[in-house]
Amino acid sequence: MQITQTFRNTTQRMTLAFPMSIPFRLPSMLQAITLLIVALVSLPLVYLSVRALGAGQEGLGYLFNERTLRIVVNSLVLTAAVMFAAALIGVPFAWITTRTDLPLRRVWLVGGLLTLVIPSYIGAIMYIAAFGPRGLLQSLLEPLGVTELPSIYGFWGAFLAITLFTYPYIVLPVRAALLNMDPALDESARSLGLNRWQVFLRVTLPQLRPALASGMLLTALYTLSDFGAVSLMRYDAFTRVIYLQYTSSFDRHRAAILSLVLVAVTIGLIALEHRAASQHHNYRIGVGCQRQMPLASLGKWRIPALLFCGVLMIVGVLTPTAVLVFWLLRGAGELSFELLQPAMNTLSAGGLTALVVGVIALPPALLSARTTSRFNRWLVKFAYLGNVLPGLVVALALVFFAANYLPALYQTLPILILGYSTRFLPMSIGATASALTQINPRFEEIGRSLGLRPLHVTMRIIMPLARTGILAGMALVFLSTMKELPTTLLLAPTGFQTLPTEIWTAHAQVQMSQLGAPSLLLIAVSALSLFILLRQEKRS
Amino acid sequence: MRFVRFAVFLLLTVLVLPVSAQDVAQVPLSSETLTVYSGRSEDLIAPILHQFTAETGVQVEVRYGNTAEMAAVILEEGDNSPADVYIAQDAGALGALAQEGRLLSLPSDILTRVPAEFRSNDGLWVGLSGRARVLVYNTELLTEADLPASILDLASPEWAGRIGWASTNGSFQAHVTAMRLLLGDDAVRAWLEALVANGAVAYEGNTAVVQAVIDGEVQVGLVNHYYLYGFLADNPDIPAANYFFPGGDPGALVNVAGAGVVSTSDQPGLAQRLILYLLGTAAQEYFAAETYEYPLVVGVEPSVELRPLAGIEVPVLDLSDLSDLQATLDLLSETGALP
Repeated sequence: MQITQTFRNTTQRMTLAFPMSIPFRLPSMLQAITLLIVALVSLPLVYLSVRALGAGQEGLGYLFNERTLRIVVNSLVLTAAVMFAAALIGVPFAWITTRTDLPLRRVWLVGGLLTLVIPSYIGAIMYIAAFGPRGLLQSLLEPLGVTELPSIYGFWGAFLAITLFTYPYIVLPVRAALLNMDPALDESARSLGLNRWQVFLRVTLPQLRPALASGMLLTALYTLSDFGAVSLMRYDAFTRVIYLQYTSSFDRHRAAILSLVLVAVTIGLIALEHRAASQHHNYRIGVGCQRQMPLASLGKWRIPALLFCGVLMIVGVLTPTAVLVFWLLRGAGELSFELLQPAMNTLSAGGLTALVVGVIALPPALLSARTTSRFNRWLVKFAYLGNVLPGLVVALALVFFAANYLPALYQTLPILILGYSTRFLPMSIGATASALTQINPRFEEIGRSLGLRPLHVTMRIIMPLARTGILAGMALVFLSTMKELPTTLLLAPTGFQTLPTEIWTAHAQVQMSQLGAPSLLLIAVSALSLFILLRQEKRS
Repeated sequence: MRFVRFAVFLLLTVLVLPVSAQDVAQVPLSSETLTVYSGRSEDLIAPILHQFTAETGVQVEVRYGNTAEMAAVILEEGDNSPADVYIAQDAGALGALAQEGRLLSLPSDILTRVPAEFRSNDGLWVGLSGRARVLVYNTELLTEADLPASILDLASPEWAGRIGWASTNGSFQAHVTAMRLLLGDDAVRAWLEALVANGAVAYEGNTAVVQAVIDGEVQVGLVNHYYLYGFLADNPDIPAANYFFPGGDPGALVNVAGAGVVSTSDQPGLAQRLILYLLGTAAQEYFAAETYEYPLVVGVEPSVELRPLAGIEVPVLDLSDLSDLQATLDLLSETGALP
């Protein structure tokens, strides 16, 4: 660290000598590695194209019928609503829990991030059980003469559930960006006469743009690809129709065509994100050393801030947990040692995937943060397309490839990890890349000029400086992997049980009491991991 | 360096993995290993397969999943599917595999163990247990004489406010598909519209419908026959009974859970042996006792006092055709039967 620190001081002085307009020359090696990674996670697209071509003329007719268009619109409306609601919750929450003197900040933060670990199919069941027309809330209100609550089904139920499950996708990258932010900017703005609110709008928010845009993109992709919540809430979204094609009509060609529509929508969203993230440089170029951001005092805003965090915790985490505990106590279900192995498997699968993805996300992230070329930016974003596809589609694509072209690896751990990576790579790329935009590329150049090899530059300069972003990305991947169901069911080695597959087994047998134990264990294990992960981001 | 410590933490997590993966990899080298893809739950299937292994020495590896997703996996695996036997929760998925040529013909000694209406017309799959569609009714509010002769009579206004159904449930939707095949889309559309106009109450699943009938919230409900017996096992005095529509009525559908041999199996003989075992007396009695479903093999009695399967006049229908669900769902949405 000491070396980096001195090094940083020296380089920052030196940067003054260079005008900013010299483009950073990318080693073509980086491009080649990125191309390889993107090709690997694009396998599902190849599969979908093969299947879609099998549909022929009739497929096109299906694409352009009124019902298909209606559900596309349904999905887009839901996605837009969730994206903005999640940002409205996520940004203030990240700021309050990162940059203010809120009491017990870390506890609130972990609590608020916990909704991320609740699988949407479980969360939706919990919300229906709690807030449904005749749910637990209604039975509590029964003495007051409430015999039925308004229906939770449809748009509002899906909106509520998915917003609560996805706002952590915004909190984590935004938090990383806040941690890396240079306090000097805020202070200069304040000294120039802006009040705190103006500083937030005109100085802080623009710096958050890359992180916010990547978080919102992840939120949108999650919403588009989610099946559990929309099907349980009975909202006629696009994924529901794709699932129906696979599981009810057994028409893989139509399912592929519909999935490609999702991909097309995603390309549009990515273009929007490009525009939002734009070409800002968020790194410090001046003389001196960046110090840690001081905490803002909440003052009279402390109570509203606590209230905000409290309500979020109650609705997001405590309600589902309470329903689970209620079911656990009511039934004969118990926390038995039989769950130990699935819990271990869940942790290992999550840990392994987080490591793999953390590493393979670096080249694309570097490329996207340091490039000015349109081609490179789009190349990296191609890696995002696997994330918009429902888990079932990605899993079936890999079933197709592995069973037919890599039979030796089929139903083994490497293919499972590839499946997870395909789905979750963008989470890591996004968080890492937005952290990289906060690092002055001159550090890398100086490192090179002092004789470090590219790999050493990555290890000794980029990784320490972008650590918060890399960790945030890995945390997202870790938690998402731990709750992933369809990929696990279809690609895992035979007999490889995880907590989600245990939950699924209980749910398939309508044994709600059996559902409590593995779900609570999953939440507990994830909470613990999250706590450990967040401890790592403290700067040394 | 915290980063290093973090990496160590992750590595330690990962090191646990080989331990767990090893259990999985302990596949005996004996050539006699069957791979089963099961759409039915582990709780139900695993004990009977263990028994098969104990009696025959044949090892069985099972992958569990959703019935339809497992069928999709077999289709994607194509010529390289490791599966020998596919066990499904409903006939539609078996029909889909049969249609794509992914099932092998079964020999007649397997097929003839179950009545013709509970197996594929082409001899490609066979039913393992039966699930009858019934009208469950509240015995305090109604007697059997009050009940309609046909499921279509529920459309009459006298049933307004008295019917419960689980319109989001797969079994219900399969039943509507069967009705479409028997009566045509227009007749079913009219029937659905009439039931919606009658204020049929949609519940989340069959269990909730039976509960509502017991509570008298509704008087009758369209469900699978076996849900009632779960309630009766807890309390034999509950005021509810099953009613079977008579005379080959479209209401008297009996769907099946079944199995077939996957076309790429390299040991079809062994696979057939497993299916034959599942159609043996021991397995059939086991299924009946665990699920209250109908044993399909002649001579095996249901575990509870069910109306004998032979006494139900089922409509004439090839259960393989129940795979066309999309049109059913469209119909249910358009008539407002699906919320």
